[in-house]
Amino acid sequence: MKLDVDAPGGRRQAYAYTGGKRFDASLPAIVFLHGAMHDHSVWTLSARWFAHHGHAVLAPDLPGHSQSTGAPLESVEAIADWLLALLDAAGVDEAALVGHSMGSLIALEAAARAPARVARLVMVGTAYPMAVSPALLEAGEHDPFAAIDSVNALSISTMAGKPSYPGPGVWLHGADRILARRLQMAQRDANLFLTDFRVCDRYRGGLEAAARVTCPTTLVLGARDQMTWPKHASALAEALRARVVTLPTGHSVMSEAPDALLAALREAVGPESATAAS
Amino acid sequence: MPGYANPGFDTLALHAGAAPDPATGARATPIHLTTSFVFESSEHAASLFNMERSGHVYSRISNPTNAVLEERVAALEGGAGSIATASGQAALHLAIATIAGAGSHVVASSALYGGSHNLLHYTLSRFGISTSFVKPGDFAAWRAAIRPETKLLFGETLGNPGLDVLDIPTVAAIAHENDLPLLVDSTFTTPWLMKPFEHGADLLYHSATKFLSGHGTVIGGVLVDSGRFDWNAATARSGRFTELTRPYEGFHDMVFSDESTVGAFLLRARREGLRDFGASMSPHTAWLILQGLETLPLRMARHVENARKVVAFLAGHPGVASVGYPELESHADHALAKRLLPRGCGSVFSFDLRGSREQGRAFIEALKLFSHLANVGDCRSLVIHPASTTHFRMDDAALARAGIGPGTIRLSIGLEDPDDLLDDLKRALKVAAKA
Repeated sequence: MKLDVDAPGGRRQAYAYTGGKRFDASLPAIVFLHGAMHDHSVWTLSARWFAHHGHAVLAPDLPGHSQSTGAPLESVEAIADWLLALLDAAGVDEAALVGHSMGSLIALEAAARAPARVARLVMVGTAYPMAVSPALLEAGEHDPFAAIDSVNALSISTMAGKPSYPGPGVWLHGADRILARRLQMAQRDANLFLTDFRVCDRYRGGLEAAARVTCPTTLVLGARDQMTWPKHASALAEALRARVVTLPTGHSVMSEAPDALLAALREAVGPESATAAS
Repeated sequence: MPGYANPGFDTLALHAGAAPDPATGARATPIHLTTSFVFESSEHAASLFNMERSGHVYSRISNPTNAVLEERVAALEGGAGSIATASGQAALHLAIATIAGAGSHVVASSALYGGSHNLLHYTLSRFGISTSFVKPGDFAAWRAAIRPETKLLFGETLGNPGLDVLDIPTVAAIAHENDLPLLVDSTFTTPWLMKPFEHGADLLYHSATKFLSGHGTVIGGVLVDSGRFDWNAATARSGRFTELTRPYEGFHDMVFSDESTVGAFLLRARREGLRDFGASMSPHTAWLILQGLETLPLRMARHVENARKVVAFLAGHPGVASVGYPELESHADHALAKRLLPRGCGSVFSFDLRGSREQGRAFIEALKLFSHLANVGDCRSLVIHPASTTHFRMDDAALARAGIGPGTIRLSIGLEDPDDLLDDLKRALKVAAKA
């Protein structure tokens, strides 16, 4: 689905995957936010499941990524504002927000800025602060494709994430690397790698945002994550009074353990969660 | 920071796509000889069919053993993923049928394996898919042959029968200028000798029967997607690839390019092509090819080393008129081979005996180690005499038009002791000279 989103800096066209079903804003909404150097396609299995189980689904490409046009936005706060404008454009008053890595910080900030509009918050593969090593930022500035390879090698914790994502026969390391390389090459207005990783690195409002979040929150962490180490999420979990689910994955939780993640998401934002929370 | 790199070729050949079996702890990949897989519940079944979950349903579509092979070949090629098929021919058919239909057009190199030529020239034309054949090095001809209904460009990394080296960077550039993907047959080179995706190809396939398996035991193919071709952008500019970029009524109105930015082609190929055409690989075959892949780097190095010794021997023998191997300066594509194939040009090549068809036949029959059969890429050395076998109905003039002489012999050099191969050839050449 294409949407015109009014956001700081002007109107932008955005693409959002809707889970293979026509978007119906009258249904309970759930928004999936991808991380740095990714696009909506890292979320399609979960998004399809929720779209076919009674939810209105939006899995947008963030500005400057894949099918959403323009330059990438340069801060978590700016992307959170864009996200709230996207909800306006889609006619969504309230949604569950599910974000991965950089996307988890965007979801957190949006939940803090508009607590009445966020019914559930799920942060996958997250940490705060999401500090990026100066060496990686430097590599990203001068040789972003080598930096992509480094991140790729650190993000996936297995040589065989079964049954693979989005289906059998896909080589996780290859698919992830090629997606990032395509995004980097397609973005003509900025060094996308550097922009995305600076967005993560420069975000300073995490604990203040957590204090303003009012909805039930779940953190889904990868036990073998070497990008956002699980122990670096503990302060955030405490500030959010979040339920923490740890899965046997690296940073690429969605592609390494899609079924286990779906179970965690169903519990966090599905009917089971609503029952548990009531 | 010290950068982290993706695993190297030899590591991937052993590990990519495989992990100890979670049910049994088996370290080697098990052979999952089962037609189908039990659903946990009706809801689980429905979500698998609707691609809300990843998993296996029925072995025509996917199988855990095949998936290991698919991921491993994709890893070795630097691709996003792959699909194992019943044969190399099935892989070629699947590649074309996924994006082409009646009214579509292909531009192909004229230097093709005979089976590929038959499929394109005779069989697919019955189904409305036409092909223009161009000489692989004639770039103006590639450009001129492209039409609005063209769906892909196609060639072999090393062409038949003369080992023409496909200038992949140039042909890929022509393809991309026209919003078209380039498909290559990589059978003769394997990823150990060349990774076509690094040179600009978008799709490739192998007859895994040959070097990937390496032991002459099974028939199989693998179709690999680089994930690099932007089907959405190409459709927006050319209107060509609506098969991948518009809702497909035949599979849940799925828009494959929305489902997977880098795997759209593979999704349709599997969900339509394997489902409906059904040219899938047996898990037992996949397992045997995996055994071969584990030693691919070791075998290819030895194949090339032995081939170089045989080429040098034949090139210096008075009974041999010519040897067609791109590492020789006499080969028309020598410079291109040095650039694209620095590790070597494989171990399949042809040479011309001085003499008649009868002498060619005598040569073949005098060989003791070389097996006379219609295959290549075995660990054993193989030989065939086209004029008395595959092309025996042709007169000498027709043979010449196909680039084959009455004394043309094709060899596939195996892994034997090279001195034994040279002795075998030396003796047979002597017999041929006296025939």
